[in-house]
Amino acid sequence: MTTEYKKPLPTPSPESKRYWEGCKKHELWLPYCKICEKPYFYPRDFCPTCFSWDIEWRKMSGRGTIYTFGVHYRHFHPGWAEEVPYVTALVQLEEGPRIYTNIVGVDGDPRNLRCDMAVEVVFEDVSDDISLPKFRLV
Amino acid sequence: MDDQEKAGFFRQVAIVGADECDEIGIVPHKGILQLHAEAARNALDDAGLALSDVDGMFTAGPGWSPTLQMAEYLGIKPRYTDSTSVGGSSFVIHVEHAAAAIATGLIDVALITHGESGHSNRFRPGSGRPSMDPWFPMSQFELPYHVGGAPTHYAMACMRHMHQYGTTHEQLAEIAVATRKWAMLNPKAMMRDPISIEDVLSSRWITYPFHILDCCLVTDAGGAVVVTSAKRAKDLKKKPVYVLGSGEATTHQTISAMPDLTTTPAALSGPRAFAMAGVSHEEIDVVEVYDSFTYTALVTLEALGFCKPGEGGAFVSGQRTAPGGDFPMNTNGGGLSYTHPGMYGMFILIEAVRQLRGECGERQVKDAKLACVNGTGGTLSSTGTLILGVD
Repeated sequence: MTTEYKKPLPTPSPESKRYWEGCKKHELWLPYCKICEKPYFYPRDFCPTCFSWDIEWRKMSGRGTIYTFGVHYRHFHPGWAEEVPYVTALVQLEEGPRIYTNIVGVDGDPRNLRCDMAVEVVFEDVSDDISLPKFRLV
Repeated sequence: MDDQEKAGFFRQVAIVGADECDEIGIVPHKGILQLHAEAARNALDDAGLALSDVDGMFTAGPGWSPTLQMAEYLGIKPRYTDSTSVGGSSFVIHVEHAAAAIATGLIDVALITHGESGHSNRFRPGSGRPSMDPWFPMSQFELPYHVGGAPTHYAMACMRHMHQYGTTHEQLAEIAVATRKWAMLNPKAMMRDPISIEDVLSSRWITYPFHILDCCLVTDAGGAVVVTSAKRAKDLKKKPVYVLGSGEATTHQTISAMPDLTTTPAALSGPRAFAMAGVSHEEIDVVEVYDSFTYTALVTLEALGFCKPGEGGAFVSGQRTAPGGDFPMNTNGGGLSYTHPGMYGMFILIEAVRQLRGECGERQVKDAKLACVNGTGGTLSSTGTLILGVD
């Protein structure tokens, strides 16, 4: 991190600390409901499907597909001024949950991306404490 | 089990006043509270009621406690307040809440107000959205990846719809063009020059798949409606517009939690409203739905059941929703071409009331007796559906 990072940084909360610790190690961890037997996003102390508090943390594969995306031709925050056009996306992990993220390393016109394309996680080290999970085409 | 048909305000409650503030569009010389107050005065005049008749206050902004601010500013001491703020659908939902309070005798006259300087606040010192708690999901899991306002999320929902159902840019543009034709008939509309499908398709990108002409305006505007009992409505100035059915639904806030990106909560609130009213889709004469984007209107028609999921593109083709088409929709010119200060739901209510009273002049839908109104708020997060009717 030699240059100053100009975009908003996440502030880990008591509920999400484990998630961001995983990201720092370039691993994607999510809470898993032992009743529903599935992971969920975003992290919280209970399952948003059944309200069980019997959860554990599990490591995800990092593989998924582009559920949907949008290509931005304007920026609302100066941190993105040099990156237009850029892509926000919902990635559907192969374990089920959908994550809001960016698709990075896109060659050519990002409008050529398609829903359901296969992607994998990559981590961008943006501060001493934070690595952001983003996704690239495989 | 959804027992909305067992609830019901059937003809017990009516909208009796509806109007905008004095000026809408670009109004830099007036503040938000002024827009609320002018609209309140105009809607009460429209009803033939005085501010002293109001005992229930409903609004969705500004600030952390909207009804406290508005009641103080207007100089009233309501015995019932409701600051439900779930995005642009809020004012449609307020009508349901007001109807419940009136039908149970808690209040007699509800005043619902809205005012927003969506355009001019961008240039006022100290304005802008209050910062969000850094531990909230949006702060942690969306903002670090960029959120460019509503276009970001709605474009992503639209993209999935296009992928899943083959909905095209041309079909979306049909809505922009048809809505502009209605605006050309509304003297209060901001954008009144004709546009073509090609104009929409060649306009610049905001967030792909949205061109700028797929996106609503950003204006300054206020509006208000007055709701009371059917009994009291009979003695007032204008023809009562009865609340025949209502439904409300919320499904998520952040888009990663949205259960199905190709529909809206109107798939829940719509059937509730139709069941309560006991009317069918075929009986509806005029449809006023929130059009933050062309896609919002398209997917709302599907969610409400006017067509099947995925068939919205074909449904709106051939300028079906335009003046002269067989499905009059957004007859004021919509958020796309008339006005859209940020939370637009108030203005679909006002237009539905005017259509049902026969006050719309050149854009009047002939013999309109039944209207379906649907507000959408947040990230396609919340909806309020109303079936309104006149004798």
